[in-house]
Amino acid sequence: MSVLVYTESEQGKFKKNAYEVASYAAAVAKMMDTTVTAIAFNSSENESLGDYGVSKVINVKDDALTTFNAGSYASSIAEAVKSTDAKVVILSSSTDTKYLAPLLSAKLSAGYAPNVVQAPDSTSPFTVKRTAFSNKGFAHTQIDTDIKIVGVSNNAFGAHENKTAISVEEIGATSDTATNDTKSVEIDKVVGKATIADADIVVSAGRGMKGPENWGMIEELADVLGAATACSKPVSDLGWRPHGEHVGQTGKPVASNLYIAIGISGAIQHLAGVSASKTKVVINNDPEAPFFKAADYGIVGDAFEVVPQLIEKLKDFKAQNG
Amino acid sequence: MKILVCISNVPDTTSKINFTDGDTKFDTNGVQFVINPNDEFGLTRAMWFKEKQGATVHIATVGGPTVEPTMRKALAIGADEAFRINTEPTDGFSVAQQLAAVVKDGGYDLVIGGRESIDYNGGMVPGILASLTNMNFINSCISLEIDGTNVTAVREIDGGKEKLSSSLPLVVGGQKGLVEESDLRIPNMRGIMMARKKALTVVEPVDATKATEDKKFDKPAPKGQVKLADSVDQLVDLLHNEAKVI
Repeated sequence: MSVLVYTESEQGKFKKNAYEVASYAAAVAKMMDTTVTAIAFNSSENESLGDYGVSKVINVKDDALTTFNAGSYASSIAEAVKSTDAKVVILSSSTDTKYLAPLLSAKLSAGYAPNVVQAPDSTSPFTVKRTAFSNKGFAHTQIDTDIKIVGVSNNAFGAHENKTAISVEEIGATSDTATNDTKSVEIDKVVGKATIADADIVVSAGRGMKGPENWGMIEELADVLGAATACSKPVSDLGWRPHGEHVGQTGKPVASNLYIAIGISGAIQHLAGVSASKTKVVINNDPEAPFFKAADYGIVGDAFEVVPQLIEKLKDFKAQNG
Repeated sequence: MKILVCISNVPDTTSKINFTDGDTKFDTNGVQFVINPNDEFGLTRAMWFKEKQGATVHIATVGGPTVEPTMRKALAIGADEAFRINTEPTDGFSVAQQLAAVVKDGGYDLVIGGRESIDYNGGMVPGILASLTNMNFINSCISLEIDGTNVTAVREIDGGKEKLSSSLPLVVGGQKGLVEESDLRIPNMRGIMMARKKALTVVEPVDATKATEDKKFDKPAPKGQVKLADSVDQLVDLLHNEAKVI
């Protein structure tokens, strides 16, 4: 018996969340007095997981799985669960992983608790704390099945170094017996830029920016900070910004270290979606904007004056602090 | 083409969330219930298939009689027929089993559910349903075109999107993007009148196993007072020295 963690990689390199879920798996394994096995696909840096408490990596090497496919990945993960007799499976909250998690749940008849924010409350019974009601509350969910699947929220548990001796086993893919005609045709993805899902900092703007032509300063601020850009629901509904940038209850959730909201008044749905961010900064010319009640820091002022000043100040700051 | 849209009855997005019975239950007192927004994008896309490609659109909801007003709204938007599976939904695992029974009986080509419900945020019903019925599955779907049995879809990925090909029968986890917000329909009087006459069949539940149970709920800790900075210099100083985020 061990804890199995699926560590995601991209072009052979582990994503940031891989070390976070590995750390979470190590915490669960410690509670259950067992070890952590990781499963990865076509990864070229497997040993690095040993720094985060993983003692064995099963690396599925198969050219057919270079591009993510939910059904095929779920089949190989399910096979690894069986071969390692894992009773707990740890996953991330990436879009890809949320795609395969329910398929894995069905294959293993395993209860799945997503959006988990901390180490289990207990492992017998197995109870985890997760966000519910779109971050307006938390549920303590007990998983009653023999095998348990836990989806860990982005940027909630953190990566914790824990040097462990590690071995690597390379295997081929497991063939999928389920119906799976779904194939990737084309991927359209921004490269070399932080995404809302894994950025440390997110710069978000709303209707206060008055029009899409004014987004230059938002993008510049994001560039200076190495941040991802996001927007409020009205802005995406108006077509000023792409849907993929919409954050909030019906858009993407944000769980960054720093969230900067510019010209966003702070509707309850928006606040729910960004509430998992650790530090929230609001720039708004309306001191009565509801967002100020949910923020840690704020400036009451005109975005068109404050944002350019902030960009200049941050450039100086970066120059001084490297 | 025969389409089933799975609809979850959820608190309106503006609802304040409270818990009752020693924080073991969601407090429905004073809460208005609506079609889960992710499901409504799917329902609206289904209406497009009905109007442009002659599809038949059914809806299914797992729940007691209190969910019927939400189901009538879906009928008023234009769905042809509704099935209410007469049991309280407990967890996603068992809800998917209930829906799978309806899908198998109905011989549907396309099943659309929401990527997740905005109440319990399980995000698992469409995927488990696809596995149980041995259908193809596309999650976080933001564009869906069907030609015969060939499917062209786009799904959201972290930092972009991915175009996919697939085939019917298919289960889709839908969200905004399947249609635009401006495409959503507010039922008109004629739709509401017609919805009263449409069949809403009560189906008895099958034996299903649940996998998880929400034992207790809490609310986020109250937020401290915001610190207002007088200048960007002070703000950057606070973010660097106090919050330590830059």
